Amino acid sequence: MKTTQFSSSSSDRRIGALLRHLTAGSDSDHLSSVYASPTSGVTGGSVFAHLVQAPEDPILGVTVAYNKDPSPVKLNLGVGAYRTEEGKPLVLNVVRKAEQQLINDRTRIKEYLPIVGLVEFNKLSAKLILGADSPAIRENRITTVECLSGTGSLRVGGEFLAKHYHQKTIYITQPTWGNHPKIFTLAGLTVKTYRYYDPATRGLNFQGLLEDLGAAPAGSIVLLHACAHNPTGVDPTIQQWEQIRQLMRSKGLMSFFDSAYQGFASGSLDTDAKPIRMFVADGGECLVAQSYAKNMGLYGERVGALSIVCKSADVAGRVESQLKLVIRPMYSSPPIHGASIVAVILRDKNLFNEWTLELKAMADRIISMRKQLFEALRTRGTPGDWSHIIKQIGMFTFTGLNPAQVSFMTKEYHIYMTSDGRISMAGLSSKTVPHLADAIHAVVTKSV
Amino acid sequence: MALAMMIRNAASKRGMTPISGDFGGLRSMSSWWKSVEPAPKDPILGVTEAFLADPSPEKVNVGVGAYRDDNGKPVVLECVREAEKRLAGSTFMEYLPMGGSAKMVDLTLKLAYGDNSEFIKDKRIAAVQTLSGTGACRLFADFQKRFSPGSQIYIPVPTWSNHHNIWKDAQVPQKTYHYYHPETKGLDFSALMDDVKNAPEGSFFLLHACAHNPTGVDPTEEQWREISQLFKAKKHFAFFDMAYQGFASGDPARDAKSIRIFLEDGHHIGISQSYAKNMGLYGQRVGCLSVLCEDPKQAVAVKSQLQQLARPMYSNPPLHGAQLVSTILEDPELKSLWLKEVKVMADRIIGMRTTLRESLEKLGSPLSWEHVTKQIGMFCYSGLTPEQVDRLTSEYHIYMTRNGRISMAGVTTGNVGYLANAIHEVTKSS
Repeated sequence: MKTTQFSSSSSDRRIGALLRHLTAGSDSDHLSSVYASPTSGVTGGSVFAHLVQAPEDPILGVTVAYNKDPSPVKLNLGVGAYRTEEGKPLVLNVVRKAEQQLINDRTRIKEYLPIVGLVEFNKLSAKLILGADSPAIRENRITTVECLSGTGSLRVGGEFLAKHYHQKTIYITQPTWGNHPKIFTLAGLTVKTYRYYDPATRGLNFQGLLEDLGAAPAGSIVLLHACAHNPTGVDPTIQQWEQIRQLMRSKGLMSFFDSAYQGFASGSLDTDAKPIRMFVADGGECLVAQSYAKNMGLYGERVGALSIVCKSADVAGRVESQLKLVIRPMYSSPPIHGASIVAVILRDKNLFNEWTLELKAMADRIISMRKQLFEALRTRGTPGDWSHIIKQIGMFTFTGLNPAQVSFMTKEYHIYMTSDGRISMAGLSSKTVPHLADAIHAVVTKSV
Repeated sequence: MALAMMIRNAASKRGMTPISGDFGGLRSMSSWWKSVEPAPKDPILGVTEAFLADPSPEKVNVGVGAYRDDNGKPVVLECVREAEKRLAGSTFMEYLPMGGSAKMVDLTLKLAYGDNSEFIKDKRIAAVQTLSGTGACRLFADFQKRFSPGSQIYIPVPTWSNHHNIWKDAQVPQKTYHYYHPETKGLDFSALMDDVKNAPEGSFFLLHACAHNPTGVDPTEEQWREISQLFKAKKHFAFFDMAYQGFASGDPARDAKSIRIFLEDGHHIGISQSYAKNMGLYGQRVGCLSVLCEDPKQAVAVKSQLQQLARPMYSNPPLHGAQLVSTILEDPELKSLWLKEVKVMADRIIGMRTTLRESLEKLGSPLSWEHVTKQIGMFCYSGLTPEQVDRLTSEYHIYMTRNGRISMAGVTTGNVGYLANAIHEVTKSS
């Protein structure tokens, strides 16, 4: 570190005066050599010098690596963002229309939203996930707050639970979205897992799930993926959901739903919301985190909502007041733009209907990609049972490939996915399915 | 109801006791949230709520710090309207990186550190886009907790009330230092310096870069230099909250002077920047957190760790507001328009300070109102007591926070007379 001496600068005189002030009456010889050096640090060191660089985020890091790859055949099946058949990002028509409406309205201002966010958006979001005829809405016993997409809704819910709920343990599926454990740990909860995915069947380990939830201490919090489980694409059937509901109610377990794909999984908003509505219909309490990132393509605008369904309107009011105390020291109030777009679309019957059609088109394209990939592997005679590709639902397929195989596919075929073998079907097109099928075939037949 | 039948049948088939009553047997279970207390209203945002609920036609809101024009109306800057027009329909909405828009961050650092800052050129600044100033402070507080776990934060008295909440939720212990001098309604400089001197070496201090909130009292340039030198001797860490750059004096470079002094003196500082007020982007939540490091390698490490804290909070920051900022700051015409508009806002407030003070003096107030024009920025720390504030609200429908903080941005030529009269009425017997 360079140290330049300025023997009679004004700053030196000042610091000299201060030193005399500080050390008056004491032996200060050892301090006499301190002088101002503008180019060096105060002591030469930073208080954060001990930091090491954090590893790349396992999911977002995939796109970082993909961007660096110069190969013309590279394929990004990492992060779950929808792509068109041409491989391009998509902004929905209804979103463009909503944007125009907002721009054309010169009375619109950019004032702070309330801490709970855009109130109209909150009401419409609750209706969307719970159904307009939900008794909980009629009885006014839900509090809904606008949050920063799914991540923000989960974090605010988690912090609320850590502060106000008597049980501080949350059970998450094995496996789950990589960010879940970090969110809840930083929120102040203890994270445990319950069995979910069965590698042997590439389906649901229902027995294991029931056993693990049955063994959880009464009152524990349980994170449930409402539909299109991330990363596996494996969802319980409606009958299985009913059993889960009964088990959870009998043990007083608190359900926390993560709904990131409503409408995106089956193509129907109501079908994808069924498990949540079943739970709410029995009159019990639960939390729901909603995201508009995928189903409205609003990814970067960070639009979501946290709803807490309570026993009574009075309780809901108090809960809402406490949610505000969690939000205020985090970011004061949520962003206005994305929520405004959602509100424009949800409140207008025509735009809403148009949205459901665009949503179905996205879901259908993904289902078609599943069929095409399955067919492509079948025609290549790739060994193994690949029916899980068409059985799983939503944006992702859990291929069953191991990290070594994934690594091979990246190196030899420039195909990028998370190391757990999860591929984003949304990143595939009819043109690229053959390349992927070749890669899977190669890696499966080469392994012993 | 069909669903209820189906489930009841399924339950009885399994030999389970059907849920009694109207399928709402669970209704007899009590709520998990029975013991949740109603939270107190936020002292600042609660004021606007009360104002909105007041039906009086004379009501005046000088509570929350959001700018109003001389008609008392919120303002969207022309440069922002133009940027919006250019953006609408033209961009994708993909996720930003965890650290936000790199372009917006670069432009924002230039505002704080200087267009030709050697620290920017040398890539020594770790910086990420944040959820406005609140988000920047919270991210720094979380970072401080994780990487300086034994440290505390020294917070001035008084300060923006949310500062206390932020560091509390980050679980960083708080201490206070003297700042405001109630008798002079100015800076208690000697007490401030004593507190800085008596703090353990290497303490973390929160400093308001300009336009202190809520008092409007800023150190002079000479005082900032002395504070900086004492910080150096004590090896303290300076964290600047700069929420009003440009808004205080009308000149962004001038408003960043305190930061520039600390940089010249070699401190490794942290800065929270907000575009809420100076670009009128309040609800968009656009800001930036930066930490000056020893070298580029350290800056990369620090940035990566900041991202690790952002990911489990919101994954990545919102896009639209950042795009507005970039569009404005990278276009010389729009940037020039912005600087003009910021100066107009700052000048209107300075004008209202003069008018309010003169009005009170004309009314023959027994008190001194010199502080109204000496203080700077959006707020005036009037010196009114909570009881006097309550009278202003109940008798005159004038809304402000109970610490006597007046948002000068809410004062207009239309209401300044009414405001002066009301203040005079509740203080004339003091």
